[in-house]
Amino acid sequence: MLDAEFFRRWMTATAAAVDREAERLTELDSPIGDADHGSNLRRGFTAVAAALEKDPPDTPGAVLTLAGRQLISTVGGASGPLYGTLLRRTGKELGEAAEVSEAQFADALRAGVDAVAKLGGAVPGDKTMVDALEPAVAELATSFRAAAEAAARGAEATVPLIARKGRASYLGERSAGHQDPGATSTALLFAALAEAAGDGAEG
Amino acid sequence: MTDSPLVGIVLVSHSGPVATSVADLAAGLAGGKATAPVAPAGGTEDGGLGTSADLIAAAARSVDRGAGVALLVDLGSAVLTVKALLAEGDELPPDSRLVDAPFVEGAVAAVVTASAGADLDAVEAAAHEAYAYRKE
Repeated sequence: MLDAEFFRRWMTATAAAVDREAERLTELDSPIGDADHGSNLRRGFTAVAAALEKDPPDTPGAVLTLAGRQLISTVGGASGPLYGTLLRRTGKELGEAAEVSEAQFADALRAGVDAVAKLGGAVPGDKTMVDALEPAVAELATSFRAAAEAAARGAEATVPLIARKGRASYLGERSAGHQDPGATSTALLFAALAEAAGDGAEG
Repeated sequence: MTDSPLVGIVLVSHSGPVATSVADLAAGLAGGKATAPVAPAGGTEDGGLGTSADLIAAAARSVDRGAGVALLVDLGSAVLTVKALLAEGDELPPDSRLVDAPFVEGAVAAVVTASAGADLDAVEAAAHEAYAYRKE
């Protein structure tokens, strides 16, 4: 079973990963975006970590709902409402239970991914975070590690794609050859999940 | 009708100066002395380019007179942030609505219509109709 502490660990690990990789995310966002993905997400997840530490919620649902709310209000770019909606919707699906099973979490995350896809209007192949989210959530039933690896492969697979959503879509064919920053940060989110579960590369 | 509350308008842009200028433009073109309440919510809180959920929520509260609030947005995160706030349910005043309209022309149409005492449906329709205004 997964408790609030597990979800707080996930968010803290994500904040650390985003902080570590912020420069790379911004570099990826330079040729095809507006070069703010790393700094925006760093600001957002720093606020998430601070909010969770200041007043730690005691249910999994409340942890993710609070994290989502923080992202929406602090990120300042499109990734804020997108990741915010992902976490908030997932948190709402988890309800007020003190512990949730991995299957319940997988179902809730599925609802979260659907909400993100609906909000942004993106489908797999559009060169967005959905390209990492979809394979990750599909592998969640296998293991957290499998989900993290699927997200990383999904992000790498965005390289040849032509962007059809967001600012990168204005570039048309010139967006091909670059890895999508949003799919890349999604891979970090799932790597942090495996890490929180003790299922990551470092165990 | 003139005594009933007016629909409020919020203009959300990635840029603070764009939001403020379009608000001034729309209010100016609406003419009369009693124009509908309009508030800009542009850029981030530190004055940079981007979208601030807190500025949007504050702007919406400031123009809410009880007749609903129409939010017009430019693109990208402005659209997504307003949609995410509406999905939250308690961030924006009741009867807040994202209006699908061109930013400048829609803002003028919305403010003119709202200033005439039209309800939220009519304000939304007028702003949306601005898409049909061709320039050649």
